[in-house]
Amino acid sequence: MAVRVRVPTPLRKFTQGSDEVSAQGPNVRALVEDLEKNYPGIKDRICDETGKIRRFVNVYVNGDDIRFLQNLETTLKEGDNISIVPAIAGGR
Amino acid sequence: MSLSTPNLRLVPSTSTESSKVESILDLIGNTPLLELQNIPLGLPPRVRIFAKLEGFNPGGSVKDRPALKMVQEGIRTGKLQPGKTILDSTSGNTGIALAMIGRVLGYPVELVIPANVSVERKAIIHAYGAKVTYSDPLEGSDGAIQLCRKILAEAPENYFKPDQYFNPMNAQAHYETTGPEIYRQTRQAVTHLVAGIGTGGTIMGTGRYLKEMNPGIKIIAVEPDDPLHGLEGLKHMASSIVPGIYHEEQLDGKIPLATDDAYAMVYRLSQEEGVLVGQSSGAAMVAALKVGRTLKEGTVVTLFPDFGDKYLTTNLWVGWRDRMAVGNLKFSI
Repeated sequence: MAVRVRVPTPLRKFTQGSDEVSAQGPNVRALVEDLEKNYPGIKDRICDETGKIRRFVNVYVNGDDIRFLQNLETTLKEGDNISIVPAIAGGR
Repeated sequence: MSLSTPNLRLVPSTSTESSKVESILDLIGNTPLLELQNIPLGLPPRVRIFAKLEGFNPGGSVKDRPALKMVQEGIRTGKLQPGKTILDSTSGNTGIALAMIGRVLGYPVELVIPANVSVERKAIIHAYGAKVTYSDPLEGSDGAIQLCRKILAEAPENYFKPDQYFNPMNAQAHYETTGPEIYRQTRQAVTHLVAGIGTGGTIMGTGRYLKEMNPGIKIIAVEPDDPLHGLEGLKHMASSIVPGIYHEEQLDGKIPLATDDAYAMVYRLSQEEGVLVGQSSGAAMVAALKVGRTLKEGTVVTLFPDFGDKYLTTNLWVGWRDRMAVGNLKFSI
């Protein structure tokens, strides 16, 4: 089961420059592990040392923030669109 | 001094009446300089830390200064004339400043903003009536810069683009106002300037003035420690389009900062100093403390670019009470 993951510019150094990658997993937690397997180092940027999504990172499943769904346990289905978005924008 | 002991010395005893002004734009600049009282308590007694409270500008941020200067210069050189629209990319505060200035001077304003800027910033810009185009949040502020260039290229004759990342007037505004104010307000005692880098305008212009007054003054920049960060308004230079007005070789140092440390300092500033600011101010304060800890004596001046009311809906404040609970708030500062 594959989902599409849109990658923000600061994380593209892990995905060889790709702005979108394919990944798998029954929920967001598994998805992050799958991303880490294929793009080592990316998990540390998305999650803190306790494994939670960092506060300044938002993860959206089909446009909904997972903080308002089931967070890391949010279930995924084939074809879902995931976006990893810095919570804010840098530069003024 | 414990937090529960009222400090009578700090209770205002005199009132000053503001003078009458003809335009809201006359209120830009001349912001107060606050000496931090509690957070620096662990520093040597002859090390003092001051913050310039840029939230007192009428548009609510330091960005009023460069925005006004760039627009004035546009009018002076004829690049901005009646019938033209002011266009720029911004992550918010410059947009707010331009939207306000455009209203006062009678120019329409169009802004390109990453869709992930804070809800409050968007609402304020809308309230001034500026036209907003949102750029892809995954592309960050560089995405807004690129989209703005595209909009300009389609009809260059319609627009005046202040181009804050490349316009020397951005830094010039700080050379002419922020620098002299700090020098005057500290009675020439300033030894260190610590400021965040977004476009680089603040640190370049203020720093240049202070160096001219006293080449011994150290100019130290603050930047996010990682390309993926939560310090709205600040730029991680190594992974960004480097602004043309930013010249790293003119700095005496650069301090990389973790987002979590800056957020923690925002809470401390609100609780220990009664100063509610945004995350870039938290970053500036952490860096100022770090600099202060290396000194035996000195006057460290930093800038708090805005107040905190624009960020109350952002992740900064999500669950902050839990993190403030004893033992839950981690400081590496």
